[in-house]
Amino acid sequence: MKKYTFTEKKDTRSGFGAGMQALGQTNPNVVALCADLIGSLKLDAFIKENPERFFQTGIAEANMICIAAGLTIGGKIPFATTFANFGTGRVYDQIRQSVAYSDKNVKIACSHAGLTLGEDGATHQILEDIGMMKMLPGMTVINPCDYNQTKAATIAVAEHVGPVYLRFGRPVVPIFTAPDQEFIIGKAWTVNEGKDVSIFATGHLVWEAILAGEILAEKGIDAEIINIHTIKPLDEEAVLASVRKTGCAVSAEEHQIAGGLGDSIAQVLIKKHLAPLEYVGVEDSFGESGTPAQLMEKYGLNAASIVEKALKAIARKNS
Amino acid sequence: MQITELQGIASQVRRDIVRQVHACQSGHPGGSLGCADLLVGLYFDQMKLKSNPDGTKVFDMDGIGEDLFFLSNGHISPVFYSVLARSGYFAASELATFRKLNSRLQGHPTTHEHLEGIRIASGSLGQGMSVAIGAAQAKKLNGDDSLVFVLMGDGEQNEGQVWEAAMYAPHHKVDNLVAVIDYNGQQIDGPTDKVMNNRDLGAKYAAFGWNIMKMNGNDMADVVKVLAEAREFSGNGQPTMILMTTEMGAGVDFMMGSHKWHGVAPNDEQLAAALAQLPETLGDY
Repeated sequence: MKKYTFTEKKDTRSGFGAGMQALGQTNPNVVALCADLIGSLKLDAFIKENPERFFQTGIAEANMICIAAGLTIGGKIPFATTFANFGTGRVYDQIRQSVAYSDKNVKIACSHAGLTLGEDGATHQILEDIGMMKMLPGMTVINPCDYNQTKAATIAVAEHVGPVYLRFGRPVVPIFTAPDQEFIIGKAWTVNEGKDVSIFATGHLVWEAILAGEILAEKGIDAEIINIHTIKPLDEEAVLASVRKTGCAVSAEEHQIAGGLGDSIAQVLIKKHLAPLEYVGVEDSFGESGTPAQLMEKYGLNAASIVEKALKAIARKNS
Repeated sequence: MQITELQGIASQVRRDIVRQVHACQSGHPGGSLGCADLLVGLYFDQMKLKSNPDGTKVFDMDGIGEDLFFLSNGHISPVFYSVLARSGYFAASELATFRKLNSRLQGHPTTHEHLEGIRIASGSLGQGMSVAIGAAQAKKLNGDDSLVFVLMGDGEQNEGQVWEAAMYAPHHKVDNLVAVIDYNGQQIDGPTDKVMNNRDLGAKYAAFGWNIMKMNGNDMADVVKVLAEAREFSGNGQPTMILMTTEMGAGVDFMMGSHKWHGVAPNDEQLAAALAQLPETLGDY
């Protein structure tokens, strides 16, 4: 089992900001829009270096999404940015008609996804965004796991032609992936190989899955941990290859169970390889105020929950 | 182009509109007829567009170096399709497929079927002006001094997003944008002043910082004159809003003066009565 350590924690949104700064220097067609949340989205460096390529929309997300769609007509690659709640749920119809159905090369890049924005509470803690975005035909959905991966994903989505939803978050989390890694959209990353259970994790839950793997190892269980950073298109081959080997699986995400990564995996398993699947995710509930760590514990989105579900999946496999 | 020639084209476009809607027994003839003169004035006279040597139109999505038009009130697709076909984007015979299965001429315009001339899907209201603003800002970044036109309905002004865009365009000095509101005073449930009173739209847009112009949208001479004036004004730091007065159903007497023909198709008898009022100038498809 490969051992992962970290020397630094950073927020994934800062990885986005670093990616945007890099794109500003290398790709003249990249432009950014923001709905009055420049600081939260870590866009300061991009704006300072490329003021003519930044569009402040004010608190008007519907307008922002459709302006982004218009900017693609003329060859621009717009990144429309705000909090995940306002960049998906609030503007679903704008994304549906003017971006997805219109085949526009818009990147919807959103911070503060999930419970871990913390104290602001449920009005801001969207847990349905992955589901809404993945249902749109042609939409790519990416939820990177740390600073380095978010930076790499940001750079990669600018090269990809087509609409993308890039989801990241507010809290500082361990940096455990390689700097300057190659990010391949739709290609899962095997964090650790194992033979007893497959743990498919995305976003902030990947580090928790690594911790869960260590706890399981102490119990004599050899867990395979796979980072699904691209939820759509899902790397079905990676999912099937792993579950064919382990015979059972756990999904882990900071999202409603309904409509999330786990459901995408379930569809693959139902169609191609029946096996027990346990979900780590929010169970049909809104969030609430609290610190990120308190919330992740209360809603069962941590290493302990992954361990519990892994044991359950193995028991079902063996029953 | 001569005004009489443009009027002749508009007559053919009106024939195309009622024939399209009649053939599939669905669609929106009222607003389409009302806006026929504007779209003919734009595509046959005022817009700078790229043509092939044989007179057909060049279409590429980015539209660099040419004027762009966006239809925000996508339900008046029959007039858009007719004008695109008659101006050379695709064969007029394709108008016969309007709203039928496997057609590129969907009920509301879409890029999804790669129909030449369409750059954005529209139908869900309130989004087109924002899209046009983005396209206009892309032109500025590209150093392209051509214009972007967008048409909205007056009922569409009920949508909140319209006012987000209304605030944005003057703030960002999007002065290569010419927006037009089809001020026909009607929406599906009745007169706009009964359904949701817009009151003085000109004063509202002026307060946001727009240059306001007025147009009689069913007087071809005025259409061409006001569009030319709007181009003349562009580049002065302000977007332009044209309040275009039209009659819903214009050109077909029994469809005028009511919201009744917003989304209703004529029967065989009504089609014949409508066509009798509209000279066939370019040949029916």
